[in-house]
Amino acid sequence: MIDANVQRARTKTLTINDQAFSARSDQTILQVARENNIDIPTLCAIEGLSDIGACRLCLVEIAGQRELKPACTTRIKDGMVVSTDTERLRKHRKTILSFLFAERNHICSVCVSNAHCELQKMGAKVGLTHVEVPYLYPKLQVDASHRRFINDPNRCILCLRCVRVCDEIEGAHILDVFARGLEARIIAEMGRPWGESENCTECGKCVQVCPTGALNEKGLSVAEQHKRRGFLPYLTTMKRGR
Amino acid sequence: MPQTLEELEELTKALQEKRAEIKEEINVCLGTNCLAIGNDETKKSLEKRLADKPNAQNYRIKPVGCHGLCAQGPLVIVNSVANEHEEIVYEKVKNSDAERLIDAIVGETNPDTIKDLRCETDIPFFTKQKKIVLENAGIINPDSLDDYILSNGYHALFYALTHLSPEETIEQVKISALRGRGGGGYPTGLKWESVAKAISDKKYVICNGDEGDPGAFMDRAVMESDPHRVLEGMAICGYAVGADQGFIYVRAEYPVAVERLKRAIKDAERNGLLGQKIAGTPFSFSVEVRLGGGAFVCGEATALIASIEGNRGNPRQKPPHLSDRGFNGQPTVLNNVETYANIPPILRNGGEWFAGFGTEKSKGSKVFALTGQVKHTGLVEVPMGMTLRELVFDVGGGIEGGKEFKAVQTGGPSGGCIPASLLDQPIDYESLKEIGSIMGSGGVIVMDETSSMVDVAKFFLEFCMTESCGKCVPCRVGTAQLHNLLDKFAKKEASQNDLVLLENLCQMIKETSLCGLGQTAPNPALSTLKYFKEEYIAGVKKEIE
Repeated sequence: MIDANVQRARTKTLTINDQAFSARSDQTILQVARENNIDIPTLCAIEGLSDIGACRLCLVEIAGQRELKPACTTRIKDGMVVSTDTERLRKHRKTILSFLFAERNHICSVCVSNAHCELQKMGAKVGLTHVEVPYLYPKLQVDASHRRFINDPNRCILCLRCVRVCDEIEGAHILDVFARGLEARIIAEMGRPWGESENCTECGKCVQVCPTGALNEKGLSVAEQHKRRGFLPYLTTMKRGR
Repeated sequence: MPQTLEELEELTKALQEKRAEIKEEINVCLGTNCLAIGNDETKKSLEKRLADKPNAQNYRIKPVGCHGLCAQGPLVIVNSVANEHEEIVYEKVKNSDAERLIDAIVGETNPDTIKDLRCETDIPFFTKQKKIVLENAGIINPDSLDDYILSNGYHALFYALTHLSPEETIEQVKISALRGRGGGGYPTGLKWESVAKAISDKKYVICNGDEGDPGAFMDRAVMESDPHRVLEGMAICGYAVGADQGFIYVRAEYPVAVERLKRAIKDAERNGLLGQKIAGTPFSFSVEVRLGGGAFVCGEATALIASIEGNRGNPRQKPPHLSDRGFNGQPTVLNNVETYANIPPILRNGGEWFAGFGTEKSKGSKVFALTGQVKHTGLVEVPMGMTLRELVFDVGGGIEGGKEFKAVQTGGPSGGCIPASLLDQPIDYESLKEIGSIMGSGGVIVMDETSSMVDVAKFFLEFCMTESCGKCVPCRVGTAQLHNLLDKFAKKEASQNDLVLLENLCQMIKETSLCGLGQTAPNPALSTLKYFKEEYIAGVKKEIE
């Protein structure tokens, strides 16, 4: 079945990094870029979930606009001229990643997700050689009360992928955000230990979409902590067709 | 229950005749500030004393909203009914003063016996103000619909409904050139027009009463002093854009405002001034109060709407703008309290009348909460274009304790600190922006020579850090990093590198944050770096050779 929005969408042309593309008017800059193999760094955006523009890594420059816009939530417009890889953007991306590494504990050598971590990979990709701001290092309590999973807020980057997948795909909405600013944490069922949650379906989707070691599976070695996301495009298609 | 404009006018006339039966009104300020220092008790004592007087029927003791001069509170204001312009203000009235005050007012004793309580009203604090929004504040009883109708209340709404089309209503707002008083300064008429033109069966009108900046209490005072005016402004907006439902989002820390607004809504609905088929026209409009938990970020339009919808008060990226997708995904007008409060006088007197005040690009007046180390702290309304010097030294009465002026902070946490050299800048949206600050919602904090500007910047950054919703990385982590850096300067433990880092991070957070909170959070640091850099340099410890 074709989405009503898709039916209404018109074809537009735009330029990304001096290359011309045509796309549908309901597409975002990120979607068009990905379709055409242009890499825009993202951490909170994942195909199949709603876009929230929170990590700010996908910020792009649009000609004629002073403000930087996130590629994940910005719809394309006819004649739009987009730059995704300017000196200014590269600098900002490094600082944003610095902020994330400094915010909590991201010492890779002692992390369950070492070598399978999107934050780690992103650091290498954008050429982050050092963290330019002081480490904040809060000591946060790990929740290992669940039978199968662990929530380690020390590794969390608050991308909210887990919250969105639980709400939008699984339909359970067990996970949510508690408190604000630096105090913000992912909690299960209004703050009770995850293991005591009565409504968690134990589907594990949250763990699979987590980009870091914040949500991980018990009983697996570091080498085995691969995140499996094959279900996401499939379930999204099924949901849309419902 | 007035059904037409004529009936409303008749009712006003009848109320005027009834009022003329008394000689003087003794208005007791029951704004939050005066309530906090015991004016409620004083009111009871005044009533008790007056009840014993043989000519008590000639006087009426009335609770009123904020009269403005909070520094001299609690205030009691005696208004002559026969001569509306005659007003005697008594300041710092204590409960124990009630007896001699009543005795002198009713003419039993010589007025000289209460001379020590008299407040001079020919000082610039009073004479330099231009009251449009606050015209009823401190004069009418906020809990009395009759009082509001007496001051031409709901006439503008009835007039618009019976004499103007929605387009003509918007046209008047456009002619007035009123700009959003929440701080952004976006043209109100244009905002209304976008929503009026949006195609949708359902539209909404929302009033932002979330106000949470340190030192600001303008919107609270308007809601507490004249709640019907805000409702009337919203109803006119509803008519203009085609909405039949309004919400007022007020933080729960404002219980007096909430109580008075709820009562006003009930009274207005009971009397057919809100609700179904207002003024006998097909237009219906109802208003609900929604309480906020006191998150500063909920002043951000998209976060406020998320909160009203029952979700976590997080902002989202714009576009889509509210005129396309607001409350429940429908076109929505969102203005702040002061903006709506400007609407009834604009429609009553015409857009051109309003455009006659202020500067070329900033029309009308602006309500400020004047606080800090200034003599006359309180609530003031001055014409746009008045210089900062006039605001601080004339209206504010200058610095207290004979100290030197150092800086004035405008615009709340998102604003900037303005040094003495720029005091002659006029107060308007453009001029303030030019010098690195903003109008904001109207908090003005005056600082004397003893203030440390690094501490000031640190204070505001701490506020932004704790109020950041945490959604986007630059704001969540960046404000904390900035705060920690400022702390190093305050403790004189910073290095040269920290100075460079501070400047870079400020710029980066401004450019990359998701919403207005993060985008403007570095402003206090940036403006103090610009005008008081020597204080930052003094915070750099000597590098080891």
